[in-house]
Amino acid sequence: MGMTMTQKILARASGLESVSPGMLISAKVDMVLGNDITAPVAIKEFEKIGAEKVFDTEKIALVPDHFTPNKDIKSAEQVKLMRDFARKTGIKHFFEIGQMGVEHALLPELGLVTAGDLVIGADSHTCTYGALGAFSTGVGSTDMAAAMVTGEVWLKVPEAIKFNLIGKPSEWVSGKDIILHIIGLIGVDGALYKSMEFTGEGLEFLSMDDRFTIANMAIEAGAKNGIFEVDDETLKYISEHSSKPYEVFKADSDAEYVREITIDISRIKPTVALPHLPENTKTVDELDDIAIDQVVIGSCTNGRIEDMRIAAKVLAGRKVHNNVRCIIIPATQNVWKQCLKEGLFDIFIDAGCAISTPTCGPCLGGHMGILAEGERAVATTNRNFVGRMGHAKSEVYLASPAVAAASAVTGKISSPESLMD
Amino acid sequence: MIYTGNVIKYGDNIDTDVIIPARYLNTSDPDELARHCMEDLDREFVKKVRQGDILVGGYNFGCGSSREHAPIAIKASGISCVIAKSFARIFYRNSINIGLAIVECPECVDETKEGDKLKVDLENGSIINYSNGKTYKITAFPEFIQDIIKSGGLMNYIGSRK
Repeated sequence: MGMTMTQKILARASGLESVSPGMLISAKVDMVLGNDITAPVAIKEFEKIGAEKVFDTEKIALVPDHFTPNKDIKSAEQVKLMRDFARKTGIKHFFEIGQMGVEHALLPELGLVTAGDLVIGADSHTCTYGALGAFSTGVGSTDMAAAMVTGEVWLKVPEAIKFNLIGKPSEWVSGKDIILHIIGLIGVDGALYKSMEFTGEGLEFLSMDDRFTIANMAIEAGAKNGIFEVDDETLKYISEHSSKPYEVFKADSDAEYVREITIDISRIKPTVALPHLPENTKTVDELDDIAIDQVVIGSCTNGRIEDMRIAAKVLAGRKVHNNVRCIIIPATQNVWKQCLKEGLFDIFIDAGCAISTPTCGPCLGGHMGILAEGERAVATTNRNFVGRMGHAKSEVYLASPAVAAASAVTGKISSPESLMD
Repeated sequence: MIYTGNVIKYGDNIDTDVIIPARYLNTSDPDELARHCMEDLDREFVKKVRQGDILVGGYNFGCGSSREHAPIAIKASGISCVIAKSFARIFYRNSINIGLAIVECPECVDETKEGDKLKVDLENGSIINYSNGKTYKITAFPEFIQDIIKSGGLMNYIGSRK
C-alpha cells in the first residue's frame, strides 16, 4: 500500500521501511519547541526525573513569546526559568527579546525547520511548518520534556484527508479565507487525529505566507498535522532561509485517504468565523452590520510580511474608525524591520493604528489588547472561543488581514471591496 | 484502576480556553490552576466539584491549545476521570502523560445525566451507571499506553527505562 506525505516522513523518522495508519511508532525529532507557557512545565518535568543533559543542544528551540515582553512578575519568572535552563544545558536556540518573534513565524524565517523534518512543539500551532513539507505537530509539556531527554516522541500514524485545491483565488482572498472556508466545511473535529494533505494545481497561486496560514489552522479542524506538497515556491523559500539539509517527500499515487475533497479556491469569498468556534463561518457579504470595538492584525496565523502589506494596502490614505482600536503586531523582528523599510508603519500610524513589538499577546487574552465585557473584535488570529481575548462576554471574529483592516476603517465587519468603490 | 464518583456534565467542544483561561497560565501550580478551572464556562464548577467526581463531555473534548495546564487543572480540582464522546488529540496525549484517566464512550455520555453515580473500571473495561442501572463496555488502551499509565506518566516511564 502506498503512503501519504506524512506517513513517509514518519517512516523515515522511525527508521522503518513503511508505516500504516494506527501503528504506534517511536520517531526521532529534528526540532523540539517550547514557549514561555509550556516550556517551564517541561523543564520542571525534565528536572524531576534527574535529567541533566538535553539530547542535542542544536535541536531545541525555546521562544518566550506569549506573555513577552514580560507582562507581570510571574511571567518574568517563567521566562527566567527558560533562560537559566538554556544557559545551563547549552541550548543554542533561546530567543531573547530583541531577537524573538512569534514562534511559528520565527522558526521558518530562521530556517530552523525545513522540508522532510519531524518537528514537535509544545504549542498547538506547531502544525504551521507543514507549509514547508515537514511533519510538525503540537504536543504537551511532558512530551516536550521527554523529547528533550531522548530525542524521540511516540506517535500514532494518522490517516489522511486529501485537499485538492484548484483555481486561482480572487483579489482579496488569501490563505486565511481558504482555511476558514475549509474549517466551516468539515467542522472543528472534521480532521480529528488525521493529516490534512494539501495538493493540486491551485497551489501555484498560494504564496508561502498563504500556506503557513492554512497549515497553521489545521489544528482548528482537530488535525494532527497539515502538510503541503513541496513545489518550486517551497524550494525557493527554503533556499532563501535555510542551510539545513532537506528532503522532499511526495505521496505515492496509490496512497490511501479516508476522504478526498476538491476545493475550487476561485469561488471562495472573504470569510469570517463568528463566535465562539472557528467552524461558525460566513462570507462577509452574508453578514448584517456588526459593529466592532477592536481590530488585531498579527499572530502566528497572520503576522507575516505579506499580511502587513495587505493591511497597509487597505489602510493607505484611510483612517481607523473613531469607535475602533486597531492594533498591529508584526510577528518577528525581521517582519518589523521590513515594514519599516517599506514605509508600512507610516501608513499604519497615519491611519491611527498602534504598532506593537512581536508577541502573541492579545490572541490568547494575555496582554496588549484585552477585551472588556460586551466588546467585539475582528482579529487575524486563530481562535474565537469564549473568553479567548478577554472577558467571557466578549466576542472574537476571525478574519483575514484584508477584512480586518477594512473593518477597522468602517467600524463594522467589512469586505475590502466595499472600500474600493 | 477503578474510579467511582458523581457526574458533572458539559456539552461538545469544551475547549482548553474555558477549561483554564490563558490569563492564569503565568503559573503552573496545580492548586492555583484548579481554582480557576472551567471559570469562563461555569463559575459554579469549582464550588460543586468533589474529590473523585467524574467529568463527562461530548465530542472533541479539550480542543484548542496544547496547554498541559488544562488536564492538570481538571485533575487538581478533584476530578478522577473524564468521559467524552471524543477527545482532541493533544488533550488526549497530555492526559495520559500526566496520569489523568480518560475514556471515550459516546453511548455512556448520551445516557448519563448530571449527578449520576458512575464506576469506571479501566482494568476490565467497563463503566457502570448506578443511577440508570446500565453497564457500558470500553476499549482498553494499547499495551504501550498502559505501560505509560502504569509507570505513573511518561516521565516516570522514560526514567525507568534510562
